[in-house]
Amino acid sequence: QQTISGSVSSKEGPIPGASIAIKGTSKGVAADSKGQFSISNVTSNNVLVISSIGYASKEITVGNQTVFNITLDTDAQSLNEVVVIGYGSQKKKDLTGAVVSISSVDFQKGNIVTPDQLVAGKVAGVQITSNGGAPGAGSTIRIRSGSSLNANNDPLIVIDGVPLDNNGITGAANALSFINPNDIESFNVLKDASATAIYGSRASNGVILITTKKGKKGDDIKVSVSSVASSAQARAYVDVLSAADFTSIINSKGTAAQKALLGKSSTDWQREIYRNAISIDNNVSITGSIKNMPVRASVGYLNQNGILKTSNMDRISTSIGVSPSFLNNSLKVDLNLKSSIINNHFANQGAIGTAVGFDPTQAVTGSEFGGYFEWLDPATKKPNSLGPKNPVALLNLQNDHSTVKRTIANAVFDYKMPFLPELRANANIAIDKSSSEGSIYIPAGIANSYDRGGKDGSYSQSKDNKTFEFYLNYVKNIGMHKVDIMGGYSYQDFLRENTDLDKNVAGTVFNNTFYKTQNTLVSFYGRANYTLNDKYLLTFTLRNDGSSRFSPENRWGVFPSAAAAWKISEEFKNSEVISDLKLRLGWGVTGQQDVFSDYPYLARYTTSEPNAQYQLGSTFSNTLRPEGYDANIKWEQTTTKNIGLDFGFKKIGITGSIDVYQKETKDLLSVIPVPAGSNLTNQILTNVGNLENKGVEISLNFNPIHTARVNWDFGVNATYNESNITNLTKVKDPTYQGILVGGISGGVGNTIQIHSLGYAPYTFFVYQQVYDKSGKPIEGLYVDRNGDGKISSDDRYRYQSPNSKYFLGASSNLSIDDFSFGFVLRANLGNYMYNNINSNNGVYRAATNGNNFLSNLVPNVYDSGFNNTQYFSDYYIQNASFLRVDNINFGYNLNRLLKAKKYNAQLSLNVQNAFILTKYQGLDPEVGGGIDNNMYPRPRTISLGLQVNF
Amino acid sequence: DLNRVPFIEVTSATVFKDPANYKPLLAKLYAGLAVSGQQGPAGKPDISGIDEGFSTYLRQYFKAQELPTDEAVIGWNDGSLPSYHTMTWTSGNEFITAMYNRIYYQIGICNEYIRETSDEKLASRGINAPEIKMYRAEARFLRALSYYHALDMFGSVPFVTEKDAVGSFLPKQISKTDLFNYIESELKAIEPDLAEPRKNEYARADKAAAWTLLTKLYLNAEVYINAGKYTEAITTAKKVIGAGYALESKYQNLFLADNHKSAEIIFPIAFDGTRTKTWGGMTFIVHAPVGGKMNPAEFGIGGGWGGLRTTQQFVDHFDDKSGKTDTRAMFFTDGQNKNVEDISSFTDGYAITKYKNVTSTGVKGSDPEGNFPDTDFPMFRLADVYLMYAEAVLRGGAGGDLTTALQYVNALRNRAYNGTQGNVSTLNLDLIIKERGRELYWECHRRTDLIRFKMFTGSNYVWAWKGGSKAGAGVSENLKLFPIPSSDIVANPNLVQNAGY
Repeated sequence: QQTISGSVSSKEGPIPGASIAIKGTSKGVAADSKGQFSISNVTSNNVLVISSIGYASKEITVGNQTVFNITLDTDAQSLNEVVVIGYGSQKKKDLTGAVVSISSVDFQKGNIVTPDQLVAGKVAGVQITSNGGAPGAGSTIRIRSGSSLNANNDPLIVIDGVPLDNNGITGAANALSFINPNDIESFNVLKDASATAIYGSRASNGVILITTKKGKKGDDIKVSVSSVASSAQARAYVDVLSAADFTSIINSKGTAAQKALLGKSSTDWQREIYRNAISIDNNVSITGSIKNMPVRASVGYLNQNGILKTSNMDRISTSIGVSPSFLNNSLKVDLNLKSSIINNHFANQGAIGTAVGFDPTQAVTGSEFGGYFEWLDPATKKPNSLGPKNPVALLNLQNDHSTVKRTIANAVFDYKMPFLPELRANANIAIDKSSSEGSIYIPAGIANSYDRGGKDGSYSQSKDNKTFEFYLNYVKNIGMHKVDIMGGYSYQDFLRENTDLDKNVAGTVFNNTFYKTQNTLVSFYGRANYTLNDKYLLTFTLRNDGSSRFSPENRWGVFPSAAAAWKISEEFKNSEVISDLKLRLGWGVTGQQDVFSDYPYLARYTTSEPNAQYQLGSTFSNTLRPEGYDANIKWEQTTTKNIGLDFGFKKIGITGSIDVYQKETKDLLSVIPVPAGSNLTNQILTNVGNLENKGVEISLNFNPIHTARVNWDFGVNATYNESNITNLTKVKDPTYQGILVGGISGGVGNTIQIHSLGYAPYTFFVYQQVYDKSGKPIEGLYVDRNGDGKISSDDRYRYQSPNSKYFLGASSNLSIDDFSFGFVLRANLGNYMYNNINSNNGVYRAATNGNNFLSNLVPNVYDSGFNNTQYFSDYYIQNASFLRVDNINFGYNLNRLLKAKKYNAQLSLNVQNAFILTKYQGLDPEVGGGIDNNMYPRPRTISLGLQVNF
Repeated sequence: DLNRVPFIEVTSATVFKDPANYKPLLAKLYAGLAVSGQQGPAGKPDISGIDEGFSTYLRQYFKAQELPTDEAVIGWNDGSLPSYHTMTWTSGNEFITAMYNRIYYQIGICNEYIRETSDEKLASRGINAPEIKMYRAEARFLRALSYYHALDMFGSVPFVTEKDAVGSFLPKQISKTDLFNYIESELKAIEPDLAEPRKNEYARADKAAAWTLLTKLYLNAEVYINAGKYTEAITTAKKVIGAGYALESKYQNLFLADNHKSAEIIFPIAFDGTRTKTWGGMTFIVHAPVGGKMNPAEFGIGGGWGGLRTTQQFVDHFDDKSGKTDTRAMFFTDGQNKNVEDISSFTDGYAITKYKNVTSTGVKGSDPEGNFPDTDFPMFRLADVYLMYAEAVLRGGAGGDLTTALQYVNALRNRAYNGTQGNVSTLNLDLIIKERGRELYWECHRRTDLIRFKMFTGSNYVWAWKGGSKAGAGVSENLKLFPIPSSDIVANPNLVQNAGY
């Protein structure tokens, strides 16, 4: 025990009020007006944390020293932090593009199963919408909205330098679910083209660079053990009629035969299919360095139960990273191996919608068909083939599971030329292999699949993706000039095989297919950075991409970008106020080649499967079909312009940035009707149309309280984005109504949305409902919008869009001594939803329309009073703006309580999806695509976690 | 290496090298009338933009020819399907679009086949197989069949032949007269290369199929080109009648799972419960009419779809609706109201039990689950040719006579009544249209027939919900032709829309 003292200063002089804290305790002091401090009762193994707003923090182990003269770097807000960019890294302060880096301390907390959920709501311009509540379901990620109509709108994801393919993995809920979120160090989101264009033809939808945790040179080996147990419940249920209310409707509206179908039970079908789901997530990791070689190894085990009964996922994930150096540190090697095995049990999600509409007067159980009540065909006494099947039976009598293995391994060699230290060579060799095996078993003799004798199906997939990247990087400082030039080559090959076997329990084969496909990308790329006087920054990038998906004439695409930045703050070097001020300008062209088919330009023929033969004479012949093709298909091109301002103010502790962008996509890869007779199909994927996205992104981070005992961080971000289709046809035609999209449940082939000129993609296309004086909709009466005296499909109009124009995110972390408290909330404003549950189950006719079965209704039927379905009424387009509290977390540091010295321990409590504020009448206002049709509900999850580091 | 080639599909560079591939390629041209894609019953669809089960040629042809008439109503609320019967369709109607797309899909793949089997191309590949010449003639027959459907339903349409290479070009519209002449010349030109009647393999077209199609073309020539061609119709009808076909002894057998045995059927679309599966085609035609109190097992299926019925006006074409005298009156009335008060209610309108997936000996079809029938669709059959002969004679064509005509009509009535008690002694056109209804209902002739008899549009003849009113109302003349789908009007600026749309 000793007393220590010293001073804190920067290049400019003393830092008054700097905080000197002892790590892991609440002990600490503030420096006086001259930057002096002293602390008593300090032990030699204590670690001092010295920090002050506007300066980078420092940690120093006390040891035997008693006087400390500490210098902090002026660059505050971690501007010296190194940010991973495409093929290299840069100091944050030197970035010229719109790049957002979120590191592990800022991740969302709780029972996070897939990496994408870590950063939901954290980044302006990035929308992460979870695909429902199924275990491992993952999310849809949109960076600055989609830049394509029909091609893929997912961003390119690069993990430790390995670009992944965008296609999902069969038998896995989500391709990212293979990465254990606990292994992730940072997410870097590249938003504008000056940052992404180095990824050329795959960068139109942004790029996310994921970096996994690594050991640090010279660090001791540290072990971290964590365990999270969580409990998830349905947040709410779809409101449906009670058995009594339903009975009275049937008794007043039904025929004698229908009344006879009523049962005597009172069953809440939704409560029968959902459960309180317990999950655990355990992780062990070892980080540090062995004989100066950084290592990290981790093992994770996750077992997640879904709230829909029988849904489950477990995952064993391992990750090993070793980073040895050779030849006097001139050769650095980085070896990464990530491997996961996932076992899924998929619940039959058909039960979700069936439970909403299933007759509440029927009992769950019955004497036949596996012991469940089922609707029968009165003549045959077999299950009614058109009727809904007992939702509980759908879950319990189906075994649908898969095992998916994935390994991503890469070796990065980084060699600094001994004769020319400014030059380094970097090679990255990677493989990404996955294999899936799945099977679905439904016994014979039960209602589901009764007609076909049950199901005994299986499927498999193997993927073998290879990556080779090589680049040279030359960095040279000559006086006030700094030059950083990089040039490289990339080869990526994607090979995929699928099998699918469908038979019934008796072994009759219905389908047995095998498919194999491959595509290859070859690229050359380069980047030049020039910095003048550490004040003016210029970046040029160029990528030339070749894809096997296009014909030799169209195969190669050039994607340039240019950006400039002015570090205005350099003009105010001694400012007491400004810590950072930088103006960024960027322009670039990126492409899109993910067209869902690997050979769209080739004339090719497909053999029929055995079920699609044709009889010629006494034999059945296979058939050979010529495929439609577009020999001229090529890249989609997006041109992005971006203006950004980064800023930071010392005294009030605010940093932030504003970006304004415009993205114009031309040669959209769109599926459009071909002129009849001109091709071997009726619709073809071709390059036609233009789409424009423009928007503003603002993010602000506050650090209003920053003392040894209390720290409060608060961040908000806001995004405005507007999408507009500016052209859709090869031949200009103002009368063209557009492309109908957005299939709804009810009938077959009914659509509710449209892509049309001058509107946002997926705008709703509906009739305008007429209401009576009391505000009740008048059934079947719509506004004759074109005034031709009749209501026809020409009276449909474009009304609202499912996509928000305004997105808000906020997060806060407050720590007081050993306690911490944080939350994350998100809001979308101005987004609309088609309430397909009300339009389907909210009409009287739905109750009795079945052929020898009944269906329950939702109480909306009392409001609308509709007898028959009115699918296309704008009555069902509802405002789905919302504010969602994604996450509330509490942490407690146990060190003091346990008098721990050799280890530190933290307890955490999280509530995810805590609550939603919305006017939307359905269960959840956030449904990808804007059609609310029995999504797997997102549960509310409460989790308790313990983490011990030693 | 960026020159990746498919592993599973074959490229056109290799497919035509092997003479054994020419028959599977031809099989696709026939299968294009039956199935929806290459997987069966669903998957790898031929055309897109519509539910795959809805997309088959026959299912759309049935809807286009039957739903706008007195013969059929359908209760489903799928997309703009209800506007078929109420005759309120627009150029955006996805079912009309699907029919049009199916026609041009057939024409496209037939053109491709005809192009790739030219004498020069075969010679250049060193292929000398005489049967390929016959395959090519059949491809031309199938193309003529689809162009006939295009002429009948859409009038003046885009025109593409094997001379137009695949790619993005804008086909030109052909006048109805030129298209009529083209179909006629094609059918005449291929006659020498087609197999003799009843000598080809089952389900493949022969000379008689081409003659039947010519007869239909001539009989409707007044509608298509404002010129009567009744003499020509009699000439070709006589060729068919003299080709050795025979009436099936029992009417219902024509519509059962073993109807491929029938000597009456001239050209079928073939289906099979285990090898030719689709959710459209005969699967639709057999399942959609079964509902209410009907027992699916009697139809050889697992369950009905509860959609199709008929109007009371059609029922009234039969004096005795019980089926006890005229066995063609195959109505299911138990629990069904005769009048169609509400189209969406299956129990409004008599159901029809014509098509079944059981054989003439009562054996259920081959699909154990009862989803996919074995029943083939009788696209052309001798009874139709008999009635066309009689009509052409009544309309003043030369080369035939009324006595023979009466004999043919009575041959059908004799079969229907199991004896001569239903025979008629004189013929007139009113009897012919009613007889065509009684004999050929739900065989995709009705719309064409009603137009020829000037009963389709206007108010000469109305039926329940015609024009959207319960009692039936007159409708505009322009509805005789469907609109060219708006999707094609946009894609191809060469096209001029049909009048009134």
